[in-house]
Amino acid sequence: MNSLLESSIADCHPASVPDFTPVAQLRELQLKRLQAVVTRAWQQVELFRSRMDERGLAPQAIRSLEDIGKLPFTQKSDLRDTYPFGLFASPMKDVVRLHVSSGTTGKPIVVAYTKEDVDVWTSVMVRGLAGCGLHRGDIIQVAYGYGLFTGGLGAHYGAEGLGATVVPASTGNADRQIMLMKDFGVTAICCTPTYFLHLIDRAAGLGVEMKDLPIRAGIFGAEPWTEPMRRHIETMSRIEAFDIYGLSEIIGPGVGCECRRHQGLHIFEDHFYPEIVDPETGEPLADGSEGELVLTTLSKQAMPMVRYRTRDITSILPGRCECGRTLRRIGRIGRRSDDMLIIRGVNVFPSQVETALLEVEGTLPHYQIVLTREQGLDQMEVQVEVTPQMFTDKIGSLQGLHDRLQGALDHVLGIRVRVSLVEAYTIERSQGKAKRVIDRRAS
Amino acid sequence: MKIHQISLFVENKPGHIVAPTRLLAQEGVDIRALYLADTEHYGILRMIVSDWEKAARTLESHGFVVKVTDVLAIFVTDRPGGLADVLEALDGSGINIEYMYAFSDVRGDEAILIFRFADTDAAIARLQAAGINLLASEELLKK
Repeated sequence: MNSLLESSIADCHPASVPDFTPVAQLRELQLKRLQAVVTRAWQQVELFRSRMDERGLAPQAIRSLEDIGKLPFTQKSDLRDTYPFGLFASPMKDVVRLHVSSGTTGKPIVVAYTKEDVDVWTSVMVRGLAGCGLHRGDIIQVAYGYGLFTGGLGAHYGAEGLGATVVPASTGNADRQIMLMKDFGVTAICCTPTYFLHLIDRAAGLGVEMKDLPIRAGIFGAEPWTEPMRRHIETMSRIEAFDIYGLSEIIGPGVGCECRRHQGLHIFEDHFYPEIVDPETGEPLADGSEGELVLTTLSKQAMPMVRYRTRDITSILPGRCECGRTLRRIGRIGRRSDDMLIIRGVNVFPSQVETALLEVEGTLPHYQIVLTREQGLDQMEVQVEVTPQMFTDKIGSLQGLHDRLQGALDHVLGIRVRVSLVEAYTIERSQGKAKRVIDRRAS
Repeated sequence: MKIHQISLFVENKPGHIVAPTRLLAQEGVDIRALYLADTEHYGILRMIVSDWEKAARTLESHGFVVKVTDVLAIFVTDRPGGLADVLEALDGSGINIEYMYAFSDVRGDEAILIFRFADTDAAIARLQAAGINLLASEELLKK
């Protein structure tokens, strides 16, 4: 099928109609929904109400979309502090799904969905996939993790909602992933970009050329990636690579997605209202300026998020996309305003590493996190300086120390990392403070 | 009887043994015996030196993590069965050898065994009772 025709199919997909809402009508809808969500949160969520009270604000204060700037921010720590159900705005009997994501100190955060929320999530995923030129008849392999993580089920519901055939492969077992892709004639895959790079390499090892398979599109998200990486993936596999954006706190994957023009990610802003603020001061910035993305859920029932600080740095791209969608676009997420690392799609905070090291030795040795990419997969190494307290002259004791550190890190982080014992004072200190993270994942 | 051995943590990378040995040389400390216990990524450099206090002080002041441990040095003639005689003396005693290494003098027919026991005092008693010759620090360093 030629790409122009496929493009038209994408643009004509019935699910995509809201993507083309005239701007004035869209703003009107957003205001109405914003007023409703603020009212709902004010009525149902104690933390939100008390913050509104502190500012002398009532829901009636929202008369225009610009008034959103008056509202208090919500942060990840709010979800942690009210764990598990403190921010729920629906009674438990209306909650049909819970998902869990990692927090900064090893304590998780939980997010909730009503039936309506799941339907909205499905609809935005359908719109995202349709915008990538996928449709009924496509065979979509979902290689995000299924489970507490939102990636797998989010992509699954979207692909099924689209009418495509879903192969719910989940993560892992690269050889089987490749076998399924080959045997079923998979036409699109949803996974992290680094995992797809790994699949390309693995396929070559098995004597399968990704280029020769029917797959034509990859919808990649859950971690930041770059334009050179897109070019690399597209060259190696002859697929079209799309960037998709989302986060559990807002809904999961499907907050925004590229269309076939690949000029930024359209935010499904009839459901998620984007703002860009100065990450230091919190002051709203004009479209086009780079800053922290702040999102407000406009239709979420179970867990409305008002002005959620995503910590993702991007900008709202000025002007209309050539595809005709009226939805505003954000630039690719390149970095974050906090120290969160994304390793193979899993959120990792250096503070979690400290927690694990402290747990083992009772004191905090100097350590450094070194990130590399091997065969397309993120690798995390934690180098730990051997202190006089830790050192014995027996190999067995050092091996035991190594294994205890390994166990504690695996447990706290939930991913396998490499632990290296290194000589004292070999980790560089700048102004007395060690640089904690060395990122060598050049792509 | 007890000999002070110094141990250093070293990464298993090219060049990592040079620095501590050079430092000792500059301070005029002679290395009498040296043994490297290693794994894939790191190792422990164990040394018996002419002046262990000076060696430990020098290395620590240069940022090395140093441990001083008591070991025993046993002198045996360098012939088949020399080591076996010593090990037999320990048999059935329940005294655990944490590690051992040996070196021989190429010019003579003597071998020196270095033992690290879990219980050094019990080992001294047992070996002396068996008539095994334990070297004093001065003797070892003289040889």
